[in-house]
Amino acid sequence: MTTTTLAVLVPLLPFLGAIAGLLVGRTAPGFVRPLAVLPTLASLALAATVAARQGGDRAVEAATELTPTGSVPIDLALFIDGFAALTAVLVGVVAGCVQIYSTGYLRDDPRYPSYAALVSLFTSAMLLVVYSGDLMVLLVGWEVMGICSYFLVGHYWETPEARAASLKAFLVTKLGDVPFLIGLFALAADAGSFRITRILGAVANGGIEHPTLIALLLLAGVAGKSAQFPLHTWLPDAMAGPTPVSALIHAATMVAAGVYFVARLLPLFEASQAAMTVLAVMAAVTMTGSALAALAQDDIKRVLAYSTIGQLGYMTGALAVADRGAAVFHLLSHGAFKALLFLAAGVIIHAAGTNSLAAMSRMSGLRHRVPDAYWTMTVALLALAAIPPFAGFFSKEAVLGVAEHVVTGTGDSGAPAAAGWIVLLAGLVTALLTAAYAMRLWLLAFRGHGAEAPDHGRQPLAMTTVLWVLAVPSIALGGLAFRTLPDWFDGHDLGPTLTTSVLGTGLAVAGGIVTYAAWRHTGTRAAGVPLGAVAAHPQGDAARVEAEAIATHGPAYGDVAQAPDPADPGRLLLGPLHRHAAVGFHLDAVYSALFVRPVRAGASLVSFLDREVVETYVRGAGALPRWLGAAVRGAQTGNVQTYVSALFAGTVVLAVAVVLVATGA
Amino acid sequence: MTLAATAAGLVPGTAHLAAESRGFLSPTGVEIAFLLVGLVTLGAAVVTVTTRQLVHAALWLVVALGGLAVEYLLLTAEFIAWVQVLIYVGSVVVLLLFGLMLTRAPIGPSPDADSGNRWAALAVAVASAAALVWVVVDAFRATWMDLEGAPSGTTEVTGASLFQHWVLPFEALSVLLLAALVGAIVLSRKAKAASRAGAGAREGAPSPAGASPAGTAGEPTQPDTESPADKEGDR
Amino acid sequence: MHLAYPAVLSALLFCTGLYGVLARRNAILVLMSVELMLNAVNLNLVAFDAWLSRAALDTLHSGQALTLFTIAIAAAEIGIGLAIVLAVYRNRGTAHIDKLRDTAEGHEPDGPGGDAHGSDASAIPAAGEKAEATA
Repeated sequence: MTTTTLAVLVPLLPFLGAIAGLLVGRTAPGFVRPLAVLPTLASLALAATVAARQGGDRAVEAATELTPTGSVPIDLALFIDGFAALTAVLVGVVAGCVQIYSTGYLRDDPRYPSYAALVSLFTSAMLLVVYSGDLMVLLVGWEVMGICSYFLVGHYWETPEARAASLKAFLVTKLGDVPFLIGLFALAADAGSFRITRILGAVANGGIEHPTLIALLLLAGVAGKSAQFPLHTWLPDAMAGPTPVSALIHAATMVAAGVYFVARLLPLFEASQAAMTVLAVMAAVTMTGSALAALAQDDIKRVLAYSTIGQLGYMTGALAVADRGAAVFHLLSHGAFKALLFLAAGVIIHAAGTNSLAAMSRMSGLRHRVPDAYWTMTVALLALAAIPPFAGFFSKEAVLGVAEHVVTGTGDSGAPAAAGWIVLLAGLVTALLTAAYAMRLWLLAFRGHGAEAPDHGRQPLAMTTVLWVLAVPSIALGGLAFRTLPDWFDGHDLGPTLTTSVLGTGLAVAGGIVTYAAWRHTGTRAAGVPLGAVAAHPQGDAARVEAEAIATHGPAYGDVAQAPDPADPGRLLLGPLHRHAAVGFHLDAVYSALFVRPVRAGASLVSFLDREVVETYVRGAGALPRWLGAAVRGAQTGNVQTYVSALFAGTVVLAVAVVLVATGA
Repeated sequence: MTLAATAAGLVPGTAHLAAESRGFLSPTGVEIAFLLVGLVTLGAAVVTVTTRQLVHAALWLVVALGGLAVEYLLLTAEFIAWVQVLIYVGSVVVLLLFGLMLTRAPIGPSPDADSGNRWAALAVAVASAAALVWVVVDAFRATWMDLEGAPSGTTEVTGASLFQHWVLPFEALSVLLLAALVGAIVLSRKAKAASRAGAGAREGAPSPAGASPAGTAGEPTQPDTESPADKEGDR
Repeated sequence: MHLAYPAVLSALLFCTGLYGVLARRNAILVLMSVELMLNAVNLNLVAFDAWLSRAALDTLHSGQALTLFTIAIAAAEIGIGLAIVLAVYRNRGTAHIDKLRDTAEGHEPDGPGGDAHGSDASAIPAAGEKAEATA
């Protein structure tokens, strides 16, 4: 088979798997698991083959026009360069791991068939986005991901949190998608095509007339999908979904789509200095703010969610300094260790029966209950904190190194120096904070004191095996790949530079040490404040435990995001900032004041107008026939003589009229 | 006027000329007699429809119908006049009186004889009377009918015409009368049966209300059977 | 004789009967009024027959024949009509036409107030409603 055929099959197989899963899910439950896992794994194998054949050489291109569609043609086009090939492999790996993990995680879930089908569809959509060479086709995958995320985040729709979170995820990403769509049209109108190659050619020839406007419009969509400030608020709430879905969304698919899109069209963004600066500011605010917020969260998954936002900030930062190689490098390594983090967190939540770090810190021996999760999560947290030699170190240093190049002017990219400074400083601060919250998470989860953690038996093999599979790239990907990846990408050097490496690692170590000190200081208070609510059905499958944990967090601790735990080192470190960081710096309240309340006021105004004004007309229109009807009804007395009187009166009138007309009088 | 011309066009020229020779206000003896009897007839009719005593209304109806019979005679239709006397005065009015008795019509004035529809009825009646009289007078004020010569309505002439030209309608009419006879019987029987069954099903206790219709139920068949018999006999 | 005399008399008699039909409450009085109207028509028929047969326009004596038919049909009609009136009277306890308003909009059957038939008449709608409820 040609490379093109293989590439077409890559998104097609999970799609067919999803359709088949939806069709046979109820009638033949035995086929659901193979239909969920096998197409994804096959698609992973095909993606790997495509990547091997492509090999970082010239991009594979193929296009066919299905039908003429007006002025700007829409092609079914493939455009597979090094970025696409490697990202597709990442998507395949993570999706395959998630599917295998889900077979254990949602073992007893009655809605597993539809869940697995939606995950397959989600994977297929992401692969379509990755491989597509036409922006309209890309948009199809983009929107399919949006609706799939709605369904998957709302998987536990019995809980109000999940319902609200799924709606929020859908609406917020849609809020970004509207300007995104307009931007696409504007771009196509300028470039005369939706094909990425032609658009890049137009950019190179200076054929784009409004680069800033288009770039900013597109950035809105990217910010929504990739959860960048100010449209990131859906992502922490999306933790109400099952953990494998979180892993899928956060590691490889939905949030990666935005970064990947910018990476594909980076020359377009480079054409606008303003857009690059906006991107840099967006990245800086996102990464520092999310790192602070992560330090204050109590839900283990919300910590990871904010960390995802921060790491995505690194990627957009790399894009802001015009190096997509570094961005996609970080995307790959982050995809690996973040998927691992989420899947391990799922195991931990199952074992502990709670998702609250405060409750976990009052359990001892959790690491002995789930040794696989303990070791792999340690690895992943080290990667997250960018400690050498783990994967995160190399990719993050690549970002910081590029920023340094821009600042010092030694780079060859066209990014503004201001963007370089912003990204560099924010990146260093975030490195400190990232290490701090990673340390806090590790300490609270695995170094708790107090009662023995409950024993729920061994975790399913499907779940623990996957952790070790993902641990391999988390450890080794960075060190092995930073020399070869430039061949696949644009050729920029991705190796760590000395200055930033020393600075970044030093700050990370400092952050870890400070957190450890704070934990030692506050840990003694933990015994004084008993906390902890665990799931009522510890023997249920992991999904049920998690759903109960999410549903009870609010009632038990007063808030879905934080717990009143004085033993929390984050509380000591953040000081008065903790209160604000825990609620995401009140951004939801601001949105509520800015958008929700005006919309509600407008809605009530409209309903008032509808009720009082429009309906008055309607009632008035109905009243006239009703009066006429009443008048006519009054005539129908049932008295035959009245009827006959009227009949004769009419007859006389008619007869007289006829006579008058006939005689011409 | 046009109506007069239209009516005059119906008659041949000779009759037209004959009509022209006589004035409208030159009554002959027959006309005076007709007028006087007509006034009596009309007055009796008006009393019939206005009196508050129901039995008197029936009796005044006899006067009106008898007056009409005299009018038929004046119009030389003697057979019809006798039929009128026999059927209407002899049987129909008797039938009506039976009906009044069977429905327990009060003897003496009953103040509720006229309905609230009275004034509307009066208006309609007056309006139609005005319209009809206007049209009729306008059309026929100069039309003259010659009543001299052999009477056209003797029994012989009428019988000859009836059994020569009108045999088929006559026989059809006898079928109609038979149907009416059967219908009247069926109607009475059925009503009686329904009434009894209904009364039994409705209320177990025999109330005065239930008893009185049951008591009268058998009788109305008698005038019903009587009236077609009269007519058959007449012919 | 002028044709106008019988024609006008006929018209007036007809309208008198019309008034009676429209204004009388008792069904039997209405039937009497109908008789008056029919007779008015008969008079018209006879008068026109007398005119037209002399004028040799009509040799069939259709006017007189039709008058006979009308008389016969009127007799049949009065028989049937009285049978109906009696049936109604037995069922409803009244021969008043304006009490028979079952076809009125929003009809609520009202018994003839006060007299002995009140219980009988009010029992009918009750039975009817029961039948509807069970249907």
